[in-house]
Amino acid sequence: MSDLDRFRTETRAWLEANGPAALRGKGGSELEGVWGGRKWSWDGNTDQKLWLERCAERGFTAPTWPREYGGGGLTPEQAKVLAEEMRRLRLPPPLIGFGLTMIGPTLLAFGNEEQKREHLPRIARGEIRWCQGYSEPGAGSDLAGLQTRAVDGGDHYVISGTKVWTSYANYADWIFALVRTDPNAKKQEGITFILIDMETPGVSVRPIKLISGSSPFCETHFENVRVPKKNVVHKVNAGWTVAKALLGHERTMVAEAFGSGGGAGGKRGTLGERAKHHLGSEHGRLADPILRDQLAQLEMDTRAFALTMQRAKDAARAGHQPGPESSIFKVYGTEVNMRRQELLVRIAGPQGLGWEGPGFDPEELATTRDWLRSRGNSIEGGTSEVQRNVIAKRVLGLPD
Amino acid sequence: MDLVLSEDQELIAKTTADFVKQKSPIARVRELRDTNDPVGFSRALWKEMAELGWVGIAFPESVGGAGLGFAELCVVLEELGRSLAPEPFLSTVLLAGQALLLSGDEAKTAAWLPGVCKGDTILALAQQEAKSRYDLASVETRAERAGAGFRLTGEKIQVLDGHLADAFVVAARTAGGPREAAGITLFLVPKGASGLAVTRQTRLDGRNAALVRLDGVGVGADAVLGGVDAGHALLARAVDRATVGLCAEMLGGMNQAFALTVAHLKTRMQFGVPIGTFQALKHRAANVFIELELAKSAVMAAARAVDRDDPDLAKGVSLTKARCSDAYVLAANEGVQMFGGVGMTDEYDIGFYMKRARAAELTFGDAAFHRARWATLAGY
Repeated sequence: MSDLDRFRTETRAWLEANGPAALRGKGGSELEGVWGGRKWSWDGNTDQKLWLERCAERGFTAPTWPREYGGGGLTPEQAKVLAEEMRRLRLPPPLIGFGLTMIGPTLLAFGNEEQKREHLPRIARGEIRWCQGYSEPGAGSDLAGLQTRAVDGGDHYVISGTKVWTSYANYADWIFALVRTDPNAKKQEGITFILIDMETPGVSVRPIKLISGSSPFCETHFENVRVPKKNVVHKVNAGWTVAKALLGHERTMVAEAFGSGGGAGGKRGTLGERAKHHLGSEHGRLADPILRDQLAQLEMDTRAFALTMQRAKDAARAGHQPGPESSIFKVYGTEVNMRRQELLVRIAGPQGLGWEGPGFDPEELATTRDWLRSRGNSIEGGTSEVQRNVIAKRVLGLPD
Repeated sequence: MDLVLSEDQELIAKTTADFVKQKSPIARVRELRDTNDPVGFSRALWKEMAELGWVGIAFPESVGGAGLGFAELCVVLEELGRSLAPEPFLSTVLLAGQALLLSGDEAKTAAWLPGVCKGDTILALAQQEAKSRYDLASVETRAERAGAGFRLTGEKIQVLDGHLADAFVVAARTAGGPREAAGITLFLVPKGASGLAVTRQTRLDGRNAALVRLDGVGVGADAVLGGVDAGHALLARAVDRATVGLCAEMLGGMNQAFALTVAHLKTRMQFGVPIGTFQALKHRAANVFIELELAKSAVMAAARAVDRDDPDLAKGVSLTKARCSDAYVLAANEGVQMFGGVGMTDEYDIGFYMKRARAAELTFGDAAFHRARWATLAGY
């Protein structure tokens, strides 16, 4: 028996013994799950609490992180086996959130020993929830133009400014932020990546309402917030390097979230069935030939995109460096999702106009909101225009 | 089914690319056209391609092939497509060749495919008619019983490489109405048969095509390929496979057209700067690039679907042909626009890609045709 097979056998036995029966078969999406943190409410869900504690104990919340930082110390192959075995029992992930996916990997790459020991175990145990402080009212696509000031106060910085689109800041315990430490340097060279405890005096959070209704987004204000210098990640004025590494990670995550959404049409089965429900059919064909054509186009685009994601994964598994195909993921994945939402509203017709209340079923109401929310897909995480600039410059080598 | 080239496939790609560079520049296509070459491609190069194993790459070893698959064949076709090589893969290997192979008729495959693999035999599929457009069930050519055999009457259009073909696979109606799938039979008709008249046609892309008139052509019962009245399914399978091969050729062509365009954007100076500095052009170039990457994924997946006999192949074929049709036309149209005035001149090569893009788009169904087919296959 190979080491990997042995690991599979052990893991399967452990999951069988420790995965709470009530959670099996629940699966769980990446956005619905336990985010953890001091403000997390378990709502009497003792099974999920137990599941998190058991997984954290074994290092399964952050399987590939080193053991000394609360991880499982698993190889990528072992982590894949663990994911497969969890899927087999359809167990939900014990913990999700930006700590595991964003700041954790960043600290592993750029943090010092003290920072890793202080923060990583608390992330892995689900004790501390994180949010991201990047964009500002005056710094969107031109992120490096950010103006949140950090003034040297000896052993600490005094931070003042405003961050926007800080998702879930109202539930977060800590924020990782980009601040300007040198106002006189070239804009990318005066930025520092720093960790801030949200309970520090001077931090305040206001939720943002979107055109689609309530949202996880917030605006976070800093007014003379004192942050110890030991919270600087990497070097002072070298935050842009850290930020870029993290952004690349975010774009891949966004693309993957959209890439996996293809094919489903909600509770009415496939998109084709959903369209037939709204449009009716003649001799088995959708009654509206134009929408039929647009639906086929959308399904084919979705499929071609999924195949391209697969191509990138297969190439990576075969040991190739990421190819030019990966540069299209963010721009195409989001735009195909936006066309999908737009088409679903048009297919729903007048039933796609509901906001709330009687006369609209939950799926129709979701269609309206999802369409409105999707308009942000080509803006957040790097606009489509910025992505196209990146393709033109980095992939095609077109001159500035 | 990994969507990545194996080391062996990488090697085939490199060998083909080197061959194209040395022996098949696009200037060759220009010369064939300008001299009104009676063959329309190079018999010598075709023979060389056969000796390199490319012509028979996806045919079984039992008929003289290499016993590999469409994954490998498509690698070859993509590289050849970059220089618009006009050699008769589509007619001989993909259309008539696949119809023969898929028929399972051992006598006929043994009689014809070894010659194909050696580069000696040219085959053609005589299917399309004046009214059929892309509908494979639309066949008006009649095959009437005559003694033990049949007598074929009708006219076929744009029969690829028809003026050189040593034999034709002819779709004719033995029963049913003019648009019914049932009642179509495929016949293998050798060149020179009495009553067979072949007239060469001239198309915008310079590829070989011919009108084929059948005026009571007599064939024996042993000329039937597959079963009597059961030719449609065989024809559809062969055309689906041929479409995958055509898409691989298109992929090579669109990528080369785009490479020429990007090179032009970097070197053409206007207003004192390279025009590639303009964001209006950068974003459009990025859009073309995105479409090319998506087309590539579809072609790779379709080739592998042929090789594992995927029951959902037809859907994958429609996905691939729709994407490649739109992407090739886009790359060519944007290419001519970005080249500007010189893009309109015959002297520049980009126009050759525009013509080939259009011809390939309108072969085996354009994007709209394949979206409709996808919708039908998906049950809406």
